[in-house]
Amino acid sequence: MSTPKTSTPSALEKGTREITMAQAIREALAEEMRRDTRVFIIGEDVAEAGTPFKVLSGLVEEFGKERVIDAPISEAGFTGIAIGAAMTGMRPVVDIMFGDFITLAMDQIANQAAKVHYMSGGKLKVPLVIRTTLGATRRSAAQHSQSLHAWVSHIPGLKVVLPSTPYDAKGLLKTAIRDDNPVVFFEDKMMYQVKGEVPEEEYTIPFGVADVKREGKDITIVATSSMVQVALAAADLLAEEGISAEVVDPRTIVPLDKQTILASVKKTGRALVVDEGYQRFGVTAEIAAIIAEEAFYDLDAPVKRIGAMDVPVPFSPVLEDLTVPTPEKVAQVARELCGRR
Amino acid sequence: MSQMILPSQVEQAPELAEVSHDEWLRMYELMVKIRAFEEQVNELYLSGKMPGLAHLYIGQEAIAVGVCQALRPDDYITSTHRGHGHCLAKGASVDRMFAELLGKAPGYCHGKGGSMHIADPDSGNLGANAIVGGSTGIATGAALSAKMRGTDQVAVCFFGEGALGQGILYEVMNMASLWKLPVIYVCENNQYTEYTPYREVLAGDILARPRAFGIHAEEVDGQDVRAVYVASRRAVARARGGEGPSFLLCTTYRYLGHHVGDIDRSYYRSKEEEQRWRSERDPLKILAGWLMRQKIADAQILEEINQRVREEIAAGVQFALEAPYPDPNEVDQHVYA
Repeated sequence: MSTPKTSTPSALEKGTREITMAQAIREALAEEMRRDTRVFIIGEDVAEAGTPFKVLSGLVEEFGKERVIDAPISEAGFTGIAIGAAMTGMRPVVDIMFGDFITLAMDQIANQAAKVHYMSGGKLKVPLVIRTTLGATRRSAAQHSQSLHAWVSHIPGLKVVLPSTPYDAKGLLKTAIRDDNPVVFFEDKMMYQVKGEVPEEEYTIPFGVADVKREGKDITIVATSSMVQVALAAADLLAEEGISAEVVDPRTIVPLDKQTILASVKKTGRALVVDEGYQRFGVTAEIAAIIAEEAFYDLDAPVKRIGAMDVPVPFSPVLEDLTVPTPEKVAQVARELCGRR
Repeated sequence: MSQMILPSQVEQAPELAEVSHDEWLRMYELMVKIRAFEEQVNELYLSGKMPGLAHLYIGQEAIAVGVCQALRPDDYITSTHRGHGHCLAKGASVDRMFAELLGKAPGYCHGKGGSMHIADPDSGNLGANAIVGGSTGIATGAALSAKMRGTDQVAVCFFGEGALGQGILYEVMNMASLWKLPVIYVCENNQYTEYTPYREVLAGDILARPRAFGIHAEEVDGQDVRAVYVASRRAVARARGGEGPSFLLCTTYRYLGHHVGDIDRSYYRSKEEEQRWRSERDPLKILAGWLMRQKIADAQILEEINQRVREEIAAGVQFALEAPYPDPNEVDQHVYA
């Protein structure tokens, strides 16, 4: 069995520089908009405001208001408009400011965008990207803090991307824009200012290829998006106790790179899945089920999972912090799986 | 009602004189074809040969035909669950339509869409939609796309008065007006929102709604294809000329039930009412009478058309009944492009 290789860029190979997640996303959009005049952005406060997170700052200056379109607060409406534009030769990138607001566009996402290609017998296509956010602990309470990527992952016809580093975000967003399918791209709003190495040169990252963010031999921690940093911090804690944790980041959950996850689990014999969506019926359940179904006889312990607590996200920091997985919690569960206390 | 073009005004509309006799006869044939198609669909249902249900367009034929007559082949339409008439009027053929309704391989969507999802990009049909109001965004987006690509294509969004209850319609009308998009909203008020008289679920003045967004809006006699055509021509000219969206409220009547299985309708409307529309306001009779008065056609010409349609329908349904079902391998094809 081959050890999965990490795809984090090596500064030795080509020129890289440190940029933030927000800069990486902006670069991907700008490069694709220069490359392809069919690409345009539509959403709330995307032009001069550059979104409340300032992810899009500067784009309207380069591409103009015809291609960076400020829409009214009408998520269903502008998502539907983007779908129609995508079906007729454009490649829209929709900005839905908070992931919680995809609920307002859910008919357009789940009943329209996801199904047009299939229902038309393959004759129509919807090359659409919906960029939105996930992640709690911003003290934004129950309607601005959810991680709802499991909702769209349930619907055949959609692809779902969960980048965890600036490098992944840039390469995956470029792939999303070039994809002929509707892609929902979730960005952790708490990570926009996190920095990472990103090559000067152009690159893309294919969908369905997981990245081993840290190699280890005692336990596999499958972690997504915001939880990759948490898992890596947990792995540091575990290392101090002599437990070697491997951290696997699927990067896209639809399509899902089962092979890399299963290869890692077969190597370590233990698996813990961590994701910031609600635990109940969530991404952790799906990945844990796949491991249980396909690697059961390689497991030395039951598969465990940690998601967000099944409560509306509370406002008070004291309460909110209890609802999301922490490095300590992840390390604790991993320790138990490894037979330590 | 004050904005409706009166029959006398329609007859004087200069646009009518620009339609050739052949085109009038083609429109008549298309209306007859839609009715015959729908009658055949009803028979397929009643004889147990069609899976599922269908929502018939009988009584509303003048709207699809009058609107599409004003469009070019490269213009777009979106349709509804009651969409067979729109698809045929935009250029779909009856044999592949029947095949789709029977879930057969040569159907427009390989049998994967069925009655409520017929799409035919070759004729500009971006698809029928089984979510009420679900295609209002798509049509408006097609108009945005046409504008961004610098074409002068127009998009028509067909929907019933039931879609007036959906919020997305108002969201996209707002954007269409703001951005002067070449889209025409064609609201077919067939008097019944499924099984409920529309006035029980709709408040106020319908035309005031698009007008609140600054959209040109008018009421049209949906039983008179001439009126629909004239209003559509003007709306299309506005759209192509960069003057933005229009809203046509076409007053019409659904002769049959909400769907083919809605046979006892006595709890929501009377047989007398249905009969009155059929005898006094039938779109085929209105056009046939005018064609004869104008000496564009005589009884023999109209009967030849009827006969030709009967043969086309018979051949089409035969084709569909004999066509193969999709290969089982098709089930997970086209989930992703």
